[in-house]
Amino acid sequence: MSLTRSDVEKIAQLARLELTEAEVALYQSQLSAILDYATRLNELNLEGISPTAHAVTQQNVWREDVAEPSLPMDAVLLNAPKQANNQFVAQTVLDEG
Amino acid sequence: MDLTTLTLTQLRQALRSGATTSVAATQAVLDHIVARDNDIQSFLTITDEMALEQAQQADQRRANGEDSPLLGIPVAVKDIICTQGVETTAGSKILEGFVPPYDAFVVRQLKAAGAVILGKTNTDEFAMGSSTENSAFFTTRNPYDQTRVAGGSSGGSAAAVATGMAYGALGTDTGGSVRQPASFCGVVGLRPTYGRMSRWGVVAFASTLDQVGTFGRTVADCTAVFQATAGYDPMDSTSLNVPVPDFEAALTGDIRGLRVGVPQEYFIEGIDKEVETAVRNAIAKLAELGTEIVEISLPHTAYALPVYYLIAPAEASANLARYDGIRFGPRVEGADMIDSVKKTRALFGPEVKRRIMLGTYALSAGYYEAYYGRALKARTLIKQDFLNAFEKVDVIATPTSPTTAFKIGAIVDDPLQMYLQDIFTLPVNLSASCGLSVPCGFDSQGLPIGLQLIGNTLQEATILNVAFAYEQTVIGNLLSVKSWR
Repeated sequence: MSLTRSDVEKIAQLARLELTEAEVALYQSQLSAILDYATRLNELNLEGISPTAHAVTQQNVWREDVAEPSLPMDAVLLNAPKQANNQFVAQTVLDEG
Repeated sequence: MDLTTLTLTQLRQALRSGATTSVAATQAVLDHIVARDNDIQSFLTITDEMALEQAQQADQRRANGEDSPLLGIPVAVKDIICTQGVETTAGSKILEGFVPPYDAFVVRQLKAAGAVILGKTNTDEFAMGSSTENSAFFTTRNPYDQTRVAGGSSGGSAAAVATGMAYGALGTDTGGSVRQPASFCGVVGLRPTYGRMSRWGVVAFASTLDQVGTFGRTVADCTAVFQATAGYDPMDSTSLNVPVPDFEAALTGDIRGLRVGVPQEYFIEGIDKEVETAVRNAIAKLAELGTEIVEISLPHTAYALPVYYLIAPAEASANLARYDGIRFGPRVEGADMIDSVKKTRALFGPEVKRRIMLGTYALSAGYYEAYYGRALKARTLIKQDFLNAFEKVDVIATPTSPTTAFKIGAIVDDPLQMYLQDIFTLPVNLSASCGLSVPCGFDSQGLPIGLQLIGNTLQEATILNVAFAYEQTVIGNLLSVKSWR
């Protein structure tokens, strides 16, 4: 399994990672090697095997719908890179037009 | 008396008898950290003032006639576990300066048990690694040979406990990150069954594999920390609402009649001969102690590595999507929102980026079934291997790692080679088993070797008791004060 340069760029775009030229080249070869290794799984006959998503199976966990105290506002905003009026400040996402 | 040479259980006895105080022990350990950690580099943050305050409170409580399981005992916490008011970085620049507004459940448990928190220990970034070389800050050195790694990702905790810079410690184990550094540093490390420990307040790497684990210089020490931190937490929907046995009382040393399985797939080409010899000698010792040794097969062992390196990165790529610089952590401003997110995420180190990329690919349209889907099915086979084995045996004995501690820098540029480090530990994480590493000797260079004991779901008491019984036969050798301290 060989990844192309544009594969790597597309994955990076999906993952919101900005890669340098050197990183693109490095990840192209390293990820290809790791995916090659993963093709070992093709040796297995997985017909009719159900997937295991979790080691210890748990059904949905419910609790009573009782309001409990939340973190105070200053604690919630303690680590905010930017804040104003008790809110996180981010850049504009939607155009104004 | 040099208080830092005591084991946790010895210190607990000394505190209970009034032979020493928590302030004295805490001060001794803090002094030892100042003297020793420049070389070992196990701590990212040392909370000395807070620790001495907690020690004073512990002594006050004891003076009032109170007692609790870890009252006044100084311990360390891996820096991927949230501590209220104390920076928690997960070994990453992307969380540099992050000060959690709350304690993780396991830290609350430590504090409720009376423990003194010494500080936060080094880890590979987001626990992704087997050597702490992926820490964004520095590499922890092996106490037995400073040109070698301490193992990882919980290498800081393992090295701190090994050198008497903490009486016990918390780590996390997603693919072997407690057991492998325990093996490399000559201490005991336990990775409990998934769901035994709460993950609430633990920075997520791969949510179906992550589990908090404990370190001690002895089995009893490791058990004491485990006893205090295990248990149900309603805030973690995957935490198991089952009773917590008295693990400390279960350390009887009587293991007669237990069946110990030895899987042929764990004694393969590529394993260090000295490791194999030490582990086989340890298994022979278990036979002398009255267990029955049974040859078993875990036929899908060779597939655990590719399965793990598809599932773990897939889960990581989803978990790490939250690091966008909006609500917490540093923000690097760019031209617009997306540009800012990308620039901020450039703070991830190379291994984290590699795993995000791998996981994103394995989950992406057109490749999901071929990679992630197949891995989940193969995981079923690996889990079933263990369930089948545990119908015939009570415990499985293997090497923890195929080698002893390797040189710093030796394999850091070869990710696949680094991933092979976890070949014997990660099947436990993929299944519903629990596992531990207990020291079982040294190679000709004086580097520690670990014996891995694997138990069935929630059978921690069994593997801890087998480790305890084994340890009694060798403890004189392992606990003598060594020149490396």
